[in-house]
Amino acid sequence: MNEVPLNHFLIVSTALFFIGVFGFLSRRNLVTILMSVELILNSVNINFIAFNEYLWPGKMDGLYFTLFIIAIAAAEAAVAIAIIIHLYRHYRSIDAEDTDTLRF
Amino acid sequence: MDSINITPGDTLLVNAYFIVLLPLFSFLVLGFFGKKMPGSSSGWLGTVSLATAAFLACTVALDFFTTDKRYVDSKFSWLEFANGLSIDMGVLLDPISVMMLVVVTFISLMVHLYSLGYMKGEERFSTYYAYLGLFTFSMLGLVLSVNLFQIYIFWELVGVSSFLLIGYYYDRASAIAAAKKAFIVTRFADLGFLIGILVLSNTSGTLDFKTMISTLSDPTSEGLRNAAAGSFLGISALTWGLLLVFMGGAGKSAMFPLHIWLPDAMEGPTPVSALIHAATMVVAGVYLVARLFGIFVMSAPAALEVVAWTGAISSLFAAVIACTQTDIKRVLAYSTMSQIGYMMFALGVSAGSDQPTHGFTAANFHLFTHAMFKALLFLGAGMVIHAVHSNELSAMGGLRKKLPLTHITFLIACLAIAGIPPFAGFFSKEAILHAASETHPAIYWMGIVTAALTAFYMFRLYFGIFWNGKAKLHHDQHNHHDHSGHEGDVFQKTPLVVLAMASIAAGFIPFGHFVTSDGSSLEMHTDVMFSILPVSLSVIGILLAARMYRTPSDLPERMAGFFGSFFLAAKSKFYIDEVYLFITRKILFRLIGAPAAWVDRSIVDGAVNTLGVSAEVGAESISELQSGKIQSYAGWFVAGTLVLIALFIYFIH
Repeated sequence: MNEVPLNHFLIVSTALFFIGVFGFLSRRNLVTILMSVELILNSVNINFIAFNEYLWPGKMDGLYFTLFIIAIAAAEAAVAIAIIIHLYRHYRSIDAEDTDTLRF
Repeated sequence: MDSINITPGDTLLVNAYFIVLLPLFSFLVLGFFGKKMPGSSSGWLGTVSLATAAFLACTVALDFFTTDKRYVDSKFSWLEFANGLSIDMGVLLDPISVMMLVVVTFISLMVHLYSLGYMKGEERFSTYYAYLGLFTFSMLGLVLSVNLFQIYIFWELVGVSSFLLIGYYYDRASAIAAAKKAFIVTRFADLGFLIGILVLSNTSGTLDFKTMISTLSDPTSEGLRNAAAGSFLGISALTWGLLLVFMGGAGKSAMFPLHIWLPDAMEGPTPVSALIHAATMVVAGVYLVARLFGIFVMSAPAALEVVAWTGAISSLFAAVIACTQTDIKRVLAYSTMSQIGYMMFALGVSAGSDQPTHGFTAANFHLFTHAMFKALLFLGAGMVIHAVHSNELSAMGGLRKKLPLTHITFLIACLAIAGIPPFAGFFSKEAILHAASETHPAIYWMGIVTAALTAFYMFRLYFGIFWNGKAKLHHDQHNHHDHSGHEGDVFQKTPLVVLAMASIAAGFIPFGHFVTSDGSSLEMHTDVMFSILPVSLSVIGILLAARMYRTPSDLPERMAGFFGSFFLAAKSKFYIDEVYLFITRKILFRLIGAPAAWVDRSIVDGAVNTLGVSAEVGAESISELQSGKIQSYAGWFVAGTLVLIALFIYFIH
């Protein structure tokens, strides 16, 4: 059976993770940053699914975790969008550089 | 705490406790509520409680001396550290403590009464009476102490109340300085006292007076052999202990060279000077030596020699200075120092005497009579100061018409202190000189010279105040309405009269029957042949003073010129204060204080400051990291994670 080996999944998820990290660090637009966070979360999801499938085939734990993370990510996205909209109303900008008042 | 070991019927000890606690009660009430009490009621409260205490003291004395008791005590453990190891408090009645009880309560009562008039209208009237109560309580606790530790506690309490009363007029810089000086000098001396207590209690194994004295004066006891064996610098531990205890006594009693605080202490209100710095507190040193007299005489005559010479030198030294001072209270202060020196050497000359009780009885007798006439002198000086609003002799003169009662009583006190028969001072001074002539001729001669000088300077004061030209009374009616025209009220006059009578009569008390060091009765006699020399010298002193100061003349200046630089030196108190300043400022401060300050500032403070500054600089340099920029946080976070992973991989694999 010419199945896709586990390593391929891991390579994809690692690539996805670092693309997300890079996006998080380099983008200035808060919406893009939020998208990068989603990428990171999804790379984790891929890992969960792959490990579950390849290492503990009979179990469902990884799937549950993944579903859980998707739900949390959706909720988080909703909150984050709300915050971004408020920031925009306040600063007329959604540039991450402009919102540094949290340090006080 | 176990109960106080007195039977309910033992009124003597119950009264003794009450005598101590009454002034404490007055202090507490006045201290907490005095400010709210109307008018002079706070003064009355203090006076009435003191009058009760004085009455009780008289009954105690009557009971004690008529029933031929020699020693009664009662104690309870106060601080219990462990089983068998505790510090006791209690009362001890023996001839000298009962005598002191009478003196302290009586003089204190007189001063309370006098102050009702003298301090009237003062802003802190009730505070003043509270302090007087504190002082009287402490002094009574001191004289009734059953052990060395109790005496030390009350000794310090007396010092504190003296400090408070000297600094009563705390808006005057000089009063504050004087209070601090008195406290620091006596405190310095008390350091010696404390070490002495440790030495004595270590060698005798107890703090209790009775046990300690019986241990250390018994040549066969083991404690004494240990004490005499251990030596330091060739002097036995016992002698060291007694000398150190005497150092504390010399500080309180203003003995040379620890006397410098006493003249300055005259900054306090005059009745306070009468009570504390003339009659009671300053004789605490004499009392202390008398308390430990058994040990001094039996086991450490060398220490007693030191007491004798310190007393004799102080006595003569102070008498010379007293002749040159112009502030009347300072003259009285030096006179006090001189008379206390008398008492000290009276105790001291018992060294090597086969009749040590002569000196002992004489010293206590003089303590008793001196308290009467010196308090009278101070109270009289208070009258004079109120009349002319100055302490300076130059502002006075011709006051005998304006202050007739003060004039008469002051004259009686002067005659008493000059040792003119039949006034009180004559008998006690004779007894002292008698004791001195038996063993220490040199000290006897110093005493004779001092007696003549005493007569001279006291009558210099007397003639300077009451004769010598016309009265220069102030007639500013606006702020001294109640004592510029006449002599003060009945409260001020009564103590003068009572004390004057005491100064006349006290000498006739057969003191030797009551107070002796060995419990036997001593017949005191006055020997006419012996008395001729001191009395005639005193009379010469008085006549000289009359010639110089009775009428205004240039004789005093000519006399001063005759003595030249010696006069100047005496007028500057022989530069003792300057010596102290030199030692403290130039030597202690510069050689010890300045390096210590440098170490403190640059090393101790420096280390702390370096820590602080480095924390500040460090914080400053990393505070940029908290930029509030989410991406820089994330960047650091990622970098940190990568470093951790790298480390993890490196160390695990």
